[in-house]
Amino acid sequence: MTDKSTDNLLLKPSRPVGIVGYGAYVPRYRLPASEISRIWTGGTGGVPIQEKSVPGPDEDTATMSIEAARNALARAGIDPEEIRAVWVGSESHPYAVKPTSTVVAEALGIVPFTQAGDWEFACKAGTEAMVAAMGFVGSEMAEYALAIGMDTAQGRPGDALEYTASAGGAAFLIGPAEESVAVIESTLSYVTDTPDFFRREYQKYPEHGQRFTGEPAYFKHITSAAQAYLDATDTVAEDYQYAVFHQPNTKFPGRVAAQLGFSQEQIAPGLLVPVIGNTYSGAAIIGLTAILDVAQPGDQVLMVSFGSGAGSDAFGIRVTERLLERRDLAPQTQAYIARRTEIDYATYTRMRGKLVLK
Amino acid sequence: MEIPRHWRLKKQRYALVGEVCPHCEAKIFPPRDVCPECGDEAKTLFEFSGRGEVYSYTTLHNAPAGYQAYAPYTVALVKLEEGPMVTAQLTDIDNQPVEVGMPVEMVTRKLRAEGDDDRGMLVYGYKFRPMELQPLAAAD
Amino acid sequence: MDVVIAGIGQTSVGEHWHVSLRELAFQAIEAARVDAGGLLPQALFVGNMLAPKVSGQAHLGVLIADFAGLRGIEAYTIEAAGASGGAALRAGYLAVKSGFVDVALVVGVEKLTDKVGPEVESAIATSLDSDYEAVQGVTPLAQAAMIMRRYFYEYEVPQNALAGFPVTAHANGVGNSHAMFRKALKPGLYERVGMLSEPLNMFDAAPDADGAAAVLLTRAELIPPDASPTPVRIAGSSIATDTLSLHDRPDPLDFRAARISVGQACHQAGIVIGEMDFFELCDIYSVYAALSLEAAGLAERGQGWVLAEEGQISLKGRIPISTLGGVKARGNPWGATGVYQVVEAVQQLRGEAGVNQVPAAEKALVQCLGGPASTAVTHVLTAL
Repeated sequence: MTDKSTDNLLLKPSRPVGIVGYGAYVPRYRLPASEISRIWTGGTGGVPIQEKSVPGPDEDTATMSIEAARNALARAGIDPEEIRAVWVGSESHPYAVKPTSTVVAEALGIVPFTQAGDWEFACKAGTEAMVAAMGFVGSEMAEYALAIGMDTAQGRPGDALEYTASAGGAAFLIGPAEESVAVIESTLSYVTDTPDFFRREYQKYPEHGQRFTGEPAYFKHITSAAQAYLDATDTVAEDYQYAVFHQPNTKFPGRVAAQLGFSQEQIAPGLLVPVIGNTYSGAAIIGLTAILDVAQPGDQVLMVSFGSGAGSDAFGIRVTERLLERRDLAPQTQAYIARRTEIDYATYTRMRGKLVLK
Repeated sequence: MEIPRHWRLKKQRYALVGEVCPHCEAKIFPPRDVCPECGDEAKTLFEFSGRGEVYSYTTLHNAPAGYQAYAPYTVALVKLEEGPMVTAQLTDIDNQPVEVGMPVEMVTRKLRAEGDDDRGMLVYGYKFRPMELQPLAAAD
Repeated sequence: MDVVIAGIGQTSVGEHWHVSLRELAFQAIEAARVDAGGLLPQALFVGNMLAPKVSGQAHLGVLIADFAGLRGIEAYTIEAAGASGGAALRAGYLAVKSGFVDVALVVGVEKLTDKVGPEVESAIATSLDSDYEAVQGVTPLAQAAMIMRRYFYEYEVPQNALAGFPVTAHANGVGNSHAMFRKALKPGLYERVGMLSEPLNMFDAAPDADGAAAVLLTRAELIPPDASPTPVRIAGSSIATDTLSLHDRPDPLDFRAARISVGQACHQAGIVIGEMDFFELCDIYSVYAALSLEAAGLAERGQGWVLAEEGQISLKGRIPISTLGGVKARGNPWGATGVYQVVEAVQQLRGEAGVNQVPAAEKALVQCLGGPASTAVTHVLTAL
């Protein structure tokens, strides 16, 4: 294990692949952190973000995935029947048994000749699906594969997580590099068994692994994956116009960026957590959609996700000329963020099913 | 439980798939196989754009069984840009004023759970929301 | 050959917690048979909409025939949502008119207060298109509210313009001992009352209730010349249908089926609409009363409300409606409503309407609707 040279760690498809279309989704409701603080701490103490997104009563990971995927397909402009995989990564699939992905595939007209499956790896289920899609297209088994990371995360009332656990995500149609708005040059993953955060079967709310969240989990895995990726590609922070790291709160991605030598300017366009919260499987990748909304051809982007349990996926992405002609074909990430209705804690408890009705 | 009936309608429900009459080009939703315009057979599938405008609307407070969790909610007659009218809920409207003529677009949302709210199959289908998230450009 | 109504019966409309579906129907049947002097029916037609959903009871024909001591006769249910009662009358009319049946018994019965709230709402919503309307959580009331909003929008109707319909109905309900509401509306109350489903307020909708009404039909020649009470003739009978779904109509404010069935019934009777002495229409929602007046040709499109505003629909007006309270004040026992309307029209034509008597009433137009005139049943009744 330890004698792997970093060169060999890079996952690089034999056929170059990229993002042919991308789409974001954020529900419209916002719960200010001050509201949670008002209920649980009497308004004292700091809050980790400004506000978080909350899904409407008729939304779930399936409906939100459908909208993000519709945006991705609008930008891609391809026939849905050419898509040969629909993979949805989430820790809040509506069903314990019955795939979210078949609902999405059906709604988008991708059925019946397609792979479909749900992925779970805490907050990195979406990027895991992206890596799989890269392999699927890169091996020439398929022309296009749809990878989605989407969540409607729940934190226990009063728990620190309640401030940030939010809803949203993104969809990426992975296809041949020559059709891409952004080429994914390579990827690399770093995974260990680390019990920082978990939710047992049938439990509504997750548990923290004592104080594992920060150092042994988030920072260790992101920096290890990122540094290995930089080494393997012989690049440094300055080679990238933008970077996005999994964003569970405002502080963590800023710190990890600094540790890796990235400036706050490089992460600013993708740093959405202060205004939408931690969208879990959607967190890193919705940062990427926000970056693609503003990037220029030739720009290099580093994306590193993190999922508890734990692991990180690092991606090197190069924007192409094609982005300019495709990105306005669907609503931008910031448009979803601007579409905002503030709610109070009482409305939030009702919308999130926290009121006991029977 | 009525799983088969929701299942067989999924294309219409999820994506507004109706029909276009091969004889007179009339767009038909819900699909009815006989063109209401010319009376000829019409079975060619047609996916509607999902754009339309509010023809009329109201807010329901006394919800039927299975919909109480969503009440109060707003329902509307929506005139699709291709011609047909559909009955559907409006969503994502909050306290925004709804008006006759307001442009709306289709989204796929949860309609209800079949049977038990927590255990039953989820029924997804079209709803409409104010057209406020427009792409900056249109596809050719 | 004339088909006549030889007897009528009705229960009061309300929450009959102590009376079952079969007992309710029987009470109306008994009253009608007594009224008709003991005519023995060979066929029973039951108008009912909700029993399978609310009472878990289908097969009402045999249930009621058996309970009413009519075991063995032809009997079945006719269902056409809110027009079930009218449709049952039509079936009875056809049976007698064809000569196959000498005496037909028609009973409309609804027993819906055994359930309340969301279950009743979803039972009533089964009258909509289940796959494309009800699945969206829409109810008949919500549909009426949407029609009302569009009516106000399209014709630029002033606010509270429909007030005259419930005001007239409640004023007339005072004099009907079978009515659910027997109090006139205080002036200004309509304008202040709470919304049910905006813009439709609490007085724009009829209350759901239990009730049963019955009529006995026979051929005129089977009645002795000196029979008392005087039989009433069914001079015209018609059912027409529109699209089931409101959204499938080119013009949702045009009650096309109502228009067609009025035309057919009047044509059959040889009576033009202007000659009618009164009109028992479907005022389950006040906007439906306006649209029914327009469909019948008694008002221009978008002007039906003016008749109410000008008092032309009151007992002494040009075209009285809801003369014994209408659906609004008498109450709405869904599948029974169409039979109640006919019973009330017969009371008027016999001159038995008491303080509610329409002067010199000889020709009546009676119409019930299933849904927003998805089904319309119209009868023309005349004093012999």
